[in-house]
Amino acid sequence: MAIYKQAFRRIGEYVWELGTKYNPNMRVPVRVYADDALLEDALRDASLEQAVNVACLPGLVGYVVVMPDVHQGYGMPIGGVMATQLPDGIISPGSIGYDINCGVRLLGSRIPLEAAEPYLSDLATALYRNCPSGVGGKGALRLTSAELDKVCREGARWALRQGYGRKEDLEHTEESGQMEEAQPGEVSARAKERGRQQLGTLGAGNHFIEIEVVDQVFDPGAAAALGLSEGHLAVQIHCGSRGFGHQICTDYVQSFQGAAKRYGIHLEDRELVCAPFDSPEGRSYFGAMKAAANFAFCNRQLLAHLARESFAEVLGGKVADWDLHQVYDITHNMGKVETHEVEGERRKVCVHRKGATRAFGPGFAGLPPDYQPLGQPVLVPGSMGTASWVLLGTATTMLETFGSSCHGAGRVMSRSRAKHEVRGESLRKELEAEGIRVRAGSLPGLAEEAPTAYKDVDRVIEVVTRAGIARKVARLRPVAVVKG
Amino acid sequence: MSPYREIEHTADWSLRVWAPTLAALFVDAAQGMYALTGAQAAPGAGERQSVECRAEDYEMLLVGWLQEWLYRTEMHDQVFEAFQIDRLTQTELAGSAVGRPAAHLDKLIKAVTYHNLKIETTAEGVETTLVFDV
Repeated sequence: MAIYKQAFRRIGEYVWELGTKYNPNMRVPVRVYADDALLEDALRDASLEQAVNVACLPGLVGYVVVMPDVHQGYGMPIGGVMATQLPDGIISPGSIGYDINCGVRLLGSRIPLEAAEPYLSDLATALYRNCPSGVGGKGALRLTSAELDKVCREGARWALRQGYGRKEDLEHTEESGQMEEAQPGEVSARAKERGRQQLGTLGAGNHFIEIEVVDQVFDPGAAAALGLSEGHLAVQIHCGSRGFGHQICTDYVQSFQGAAKRYGIHLEDRELVCAPFDSPEGRSYFGAMKAAANFAFCNRQLLAHLARESFAEVLGGKVADWDLHQVYDITHNMGKVETHEVEGERRKVCVHRKGATRAFGPGFAGLPPDYQPLGQPVLVPGSMGTASWVLLGTATTMLETFGSSCHGAGRVMSRSRAKHEVRGESLRKELEAEGIRVRAGSLPGLAEEAPTAYKDVDRVIEVVTRAGIARKVARLRPVAVVKG
Repeated sequence: MSPYREIEHTADWSLRVWAPTLAALFVDAAQGMYALTGAQAAPGAGERQSVECRAEDYEMLLVGWLQEWLYRTEMHDQVFEAFQIDRLTQTELAGSAVGRPAAHLDKLIKAVTYHNLKIETTAEGVETTLVFDV
């Protein structure tokens, strides 16, 4: 059923609330962070109906949070956050998503754009060649079962032990690149079979590696602390847990169908299927989810290593310093046990973020020591060919959004319409004309990701920063994009 | 008239499928899914492969059936056609399809979702709408 803007109450300049009276099955309200235009965008597809379905789940606390980059997904909308009380609340695999720990890693450099300009085309080609991508993309590593289990337990730390990273990389990764108590024993043989050949690969879809230039700095002190300087190159890597995570989510969405019935859980949408967090089914999924999260941390670590090798291959000896240092690595599809203030009380909850970024403010546990005074970096990729942003979490996120902020631009146009309206080859030429080198395995895939299919990322950033759930550090402009 | 049609979905792929019988719906859904991916098989003789699924209802069987072919495509770089259902009850399915090496795929589907999934009976037969995570 379509929801109208009039159903929302404006409770802040950029915050709208849909109360539980809207639907008798809602257990908590829905809060949307948006300006008028972004709210109207969200009302054009089923995003907010999906958020209402989420609000009907048992064991939720506070309200369902919807970010300004929200768009329709399956089950929970992309850009949704919910928190379930522990130990008696639920955990919902589909509300974390199939691409468990899909996330973004940002690498900074001391390479001035002018020095790199003659080599950018070769850099894009080297990245495309060295970082396996696209449909059926398989990595150079072939893991034994025992090694894959180690990846599941150790995450990015495993890559470090193999010589594919640095200690500082781990320090600048959410969860230090390793979620504790992952349970590879709870992962199916089929997921492991898929995972064994895909570690160190980018995949396809909206995943990418982008070379960018730091275009504008809004907080010079914070930018310097993060290792970002205006006019210097940066590299952004967006990908997740590949077929390993997809299969784990598939397995548990399937097996939870029966569990939800056994626990008498009413669902508005079967994709929101869930089980009590503290049940055999809930514990099993959470252990498997952490294994997939660690796989994804390791995957981005390996891709970062390949990006460094590509930079050394092309720029070695041609610029003064071709090194890439890690700014941060964030996850935007994850379930996490955290403590938040809810209705004046500190409560342990399981925060489900699907297309939303953890954005802890300054001083919170879980941040690396050098970022403690700043807050957590929030890495927000724009659509292809448009700006990306580096933000910082704030104290407000801890009070209002379960420590969360936005994750991207958010789509407004369907993939089928984008393919119909945009020709991949024309788009490639347009981007090249704007000075953005493109290396893509699939032209129809490129067309689906056309910038016109997305919201204006700058508008999304204005909303989150004016609402106080992040603050600006720097804006990045793409100069080369690599896609599967 | 094609037995399936891609319908608008902001972030993922969605497919409306209709058929005179449940077995035909399963066949059409699999064909439609591969059409979405832009799958093209390499020339040459294929090999018919079997699938068996067990589940609690028809919707779960449909997801399991489609997921099984996607898995084989990803693992073995094959695309499938000539789908056939040999046995279909509310809890069991047996079927097959011909697999050939993949010559081209625009994109792989990450997962077949249960989002609002319901197989409905109509005057003409049965229909459903699938959402694929891509």
